[in-house]
Amino acid sequence: MKKYIDTGKKDTRSGFGAGLLEAGRADERVVALTADLKGSLKMDEFAAEFPERFIQCGIAEANMIGAAAGLAISGKIPFAGSFAEFVTGRVYDQIRQEVAYGKTNVKIASSHAGITLGEDGATHQTMEDIALMRALPGMVVINPCDYNQTKAATIAAAKYDGPVYLRFGRPGVPNFTPADQVFEIGKALVFNEGSDVTIFATGHLVWEALGAAEALEAEGISAEVIDIATIKPLDEEAVIASVSKTGVAVVAEEHNMAGGLGEAISGLLALKCPKPLEFVNGGDQFGESGTPAVLMEAFGLNAAGIVSAVKRALKRK
Amino acid sequence: MENIEKLKTIATQVRRDIVRMVNLAGSGHPGGSLSSADVLTALYFSVMDQAPERWRRDAEGQDAFILSAGHISPVYYSVLARRGYFPVSELATFRRFGARLQGHPEVKKGLPGVFQASGSLGQGLSVAAGIALGKKLSGDNHKVYCLCGDGESEEGQIWEAGMFAVHHSLGNLIAMTDWNGQQIDGPVASVAGEGDLEAKWKAWGWRVLVADGHDMEVVLKTFAEAKVSDGRPTMILWKTDMGRGISFMAGTHKWHGKVPSADQVAEALAELGETPLGDF
Repeated sequence: MKKYIDTGKKDTRSGFGAGLLEAGRADERVVALTADLKGSLKMDEFAAEFPERFIQCGIAEANMIGAAAGLAISGKIPFAGSFAEFVTGRVYDQIRQEVAYGKTNVKIASSHAGITLGEDGATHQTMEDIALMRALPGMVVINPCDYNQTKAATIAAAKYDGPVYLRFGRPGVPNFTPADQVFEIGKALVFNEGSDVTIFATGHLVWEALGAAEALEAEGISAEVIDIATIKPLDEEAVIASVSKTGVAVVAEEHNMAGGLGEAISGLLALKCPKPLEFVNGGDQFGESGTPAVLMEAFGLNAAGIVSAVKRALKRK
Repeated sequence: MENIEKLKTIATQVRRDIVRMVNLAGSGHPGGSLSSADVLTALYFSVMDQAPERWRRDAEGQDAFILSAGHISPVYYSVLARRGYFPVSELATFRRFGARLQGHPEVKKGLPGVFQASGSLGQGLSVAAGIALGKKLSGDNHKVYCLCGDGESEEGQIWEAGMFAVHHSLGNLIAMTDWNGQQIDGPVASVAGEGDLEAKWKAWGWRVLVADGHDMEVVLKTFAEAKVSDGRPTMILWKTDMGRGISFMAGTHKWHGKVPSADQVAEALAELGETPLGDF
């Protein structure tokens, strides 16, 4: 199988910060807003280099989304950032009315997604955000897998004209995709070709999926690993092509079942290519305090969890 | 004086449009539309630097207006049509399937003059503040106007936007509240008791002007004063009557979202009187 090298753990939110800075240098219309979480969102360098284009909103997320919409209407390219829960659940109606409905050119920068923000616990964690954003007509939902891909996705989001939900996280995770990649919105990436089973993964679970594929290879099982970096619009062609070939699939994500990538792929395959599916996700639960590693283990969101799901799936083939 | 008479005539025609639109559609919000008719007529026919032929959604090189209280779409649509943004005859399509004149304003169907959807209350002031900040960043000296309801000001986001506009010194933002004292469930004082809006906006750090929102001369004078910025955002609290201009609708919450019957429309139109502008 294809070898991927972890060049060292890095947090995807820093990939966002680096991408924001580069997008800001390339286009003076790029502005950044936050609700008292400049450091957490890694906006410090952008704010230092472009003080006028950094807009501190204070702890008032609803107004931040409206102000971002106003800035977009006036021709700016705003990235409005906070923790995933506070830029989705807390402001769902603001995003619906001010961003999605009018296809206003706002980028929702969503950090600390999933349970792996860790010790803060379930008030600050979310495994419902993808569901909320997917439900909005026309919203692009991007969930990159590592630092380099998050940086590239941020640059792509700035160039794209329309609402984008860009999801990333707090902990350091393996950085293994090319530093010079160009991110193509809506394109699934085949990271490993295989013939027995497809593993669709998104976010940092893509690395876990590659680990699972390696373990499965040792047992003689050939797993195709596909990075679904753009959850909406889903790369339907790539999903159907792979499952038509392998005949069975697993979907892995740091999100609950309801409304997540698993349901997105299920809905597509039910219509176009019905095959057995198994899921690695948060189920129907809230998170809790703990280190990211402990939580990943507890919720089964890791290579071992994916291997088990693949074995369940293969029995149903 | 000639200008004032002209504006009064337009406002009367706008009131006729409001009553007829709501009756034709069989739904809609006449009360707050009637209380804002004079202010919005003045704004579009005399105050703002804008014109239908150069309107663009990004408001570059022109003033912008955000209607935060989106339910008073009848007055908004009538004023836009009468100003020439789209044919007056289109007012007859209000709230119909496929119409650009949706129940609440929106931009998806491309109705000229509308910058942003509104209707989910409390959000427009944030959008207006964002546009004002965008203009500041781009070095565009034009103003951004926004109209909120007094009932709407029970929404917490209005006050978040109030804080934001002061903090970012948005002297180019002129917000207005249609202070008619009524909301769907009754007088504002009995529903939520939001208290002294003037004192509250002053405490928030805004420049506050309080004026009669029906006396056209006062309206124009107040706008003229508001346009001269002292660096702070400006809030104009318009003292108005819900249902103004039609005796049986005036001063009560009962006509917030009620449809006048054919007989009531005839009575209202008789009271308002015809104008040379003609009905749609």
